[in-house]
Amino acid sequence: MAKKESTLKNMIFALAVISLVASLALGGIYNLTKEPIAEARSAKAKQAIMEVIPEFDTLKVFKALPADGTDSLTFSLGYKGDSLVGIAVATYSNKGYASTPIQLMVGFLPDSSIKNISVVQQKETPGLGTKMAEPKFKDQFNGIKPESFSMKVKKDGGDVDAITAATISSRAFCDAVGRAYNTLKSEGGNIK
Amino acid sequence: MNQWKNFTKGFIRENPILVLVLGTCPTLAVTSSAANGIGMGLATTFVLACSNMVVTLAKGIIPDKVRIPSFIVIIASFVTIVELVMQAYTPSLYDALGIFIPLIVVNCIVLGRAEAFASKNTFVSSAVDGLGMGLGFTLALFVLGSIREMLGTGAILGHKFIEGDGILVFILAPGAFICLGFLIALVNKLKKRMA
Repeated sequence: MAKKESTLKNMIFALAVISLVASLALGGIYNLTKEPIAEARSAKAKQAIMEVIPEFDTLKVFKALPADGTDSLTFSLGYKGDSLVGIAVATYSNKGYASTPIQLMVGFLPDSSIKNISVVQQKETPGLGTKMAEPKFKDQFNGIKPESFSMKVKKDGGDVDAITAATISSRAFCDAVGRAYNTLKSEGGNIK
Repeated sequence: MNQWKNFTKGFIRENPILVLVLGTCPTLAVTSSAANGIGMGLATTFVLACSNMVVTLAKGIIPDKVRIPSFIVIIASFVTIVELVMQAYTPSLYDALGIFIPLIVVNCIVLGRAEAFASKNTFVSSAVDGLGMGLGFTLALFVLGSIREMLGTGAILGHKFIEGDGILVFILAPGAFICLGFLIALVNKLKKRMA
């Protein structure tokens, strides 16, 4: 096929055709993958809840707005029979190194000590900030009671061992955990 | 054209990173571990092969003056498709690689091959060129990632062989430049000996 001349008509026609085909293909793929993506996300959230609180039979979910944020946190109360066994709080921080918010699932026991934390989403610097998902960093929070623990990195006078060369990511992690705890306290009346 | 030669030219002789020095931005950014290098490399290979094939089919209807925007639209579409499909069907792989996928659009290897090769050659040659170049890119990223991971964290593919933190500078940006510089020097020396 001969090369098309670069006339205005040809240029507009070529770009329009290519963009049309591309948008049709993308629209189709988006529709096809919309449901599997939503399913994969909710399966992942459920998996994260199961990781951070003790075994439960039923979940009760509500949302609450933190005092220092614009997005609400999702509280999932896990019950075994009638008794509360744990509270999983989906929390976030916008103070990370990447522009994408860091999302954590923080599991509290009924006495509001931290059981476990799972990193749901983070796009920090590969090899540095991404270490927040490794046990060496995140497991230092397990078992602590946030009221008698300074939720700041040691550089800022707190009790948290920051990840080497990723202080900003570590601070954001503390920010997210602190937000979960503060909201848990302020919502205390709703949690039985 | 000899297709085998066409396929293997990306490995050393025209390696996109080490000889053509294209796409160094994602190269420096993602090679902090060997696994990241492989993941980024394979995702790029897929996009490179697909976009090369489509560009060579569409070259007849694209006037010269708008070829760059046309190529970019084609490449960006494939990248988005890869991202959506991975997110839907292989969420764990997406978690590991998700951050690198959008970077492929701005990787000038993909545009470079569309411009320099696919817009002038046949369908089969372009597909082979895309695959070969992509694998050469993967190879270079893997070698660079392995070196940085070993020196920087004392681990290879996530398996630690020395306790402790390693020489942290190799995980950071300066280490990427140092390693890439030495690797380019080495490949140049090899190429001279081969020639």
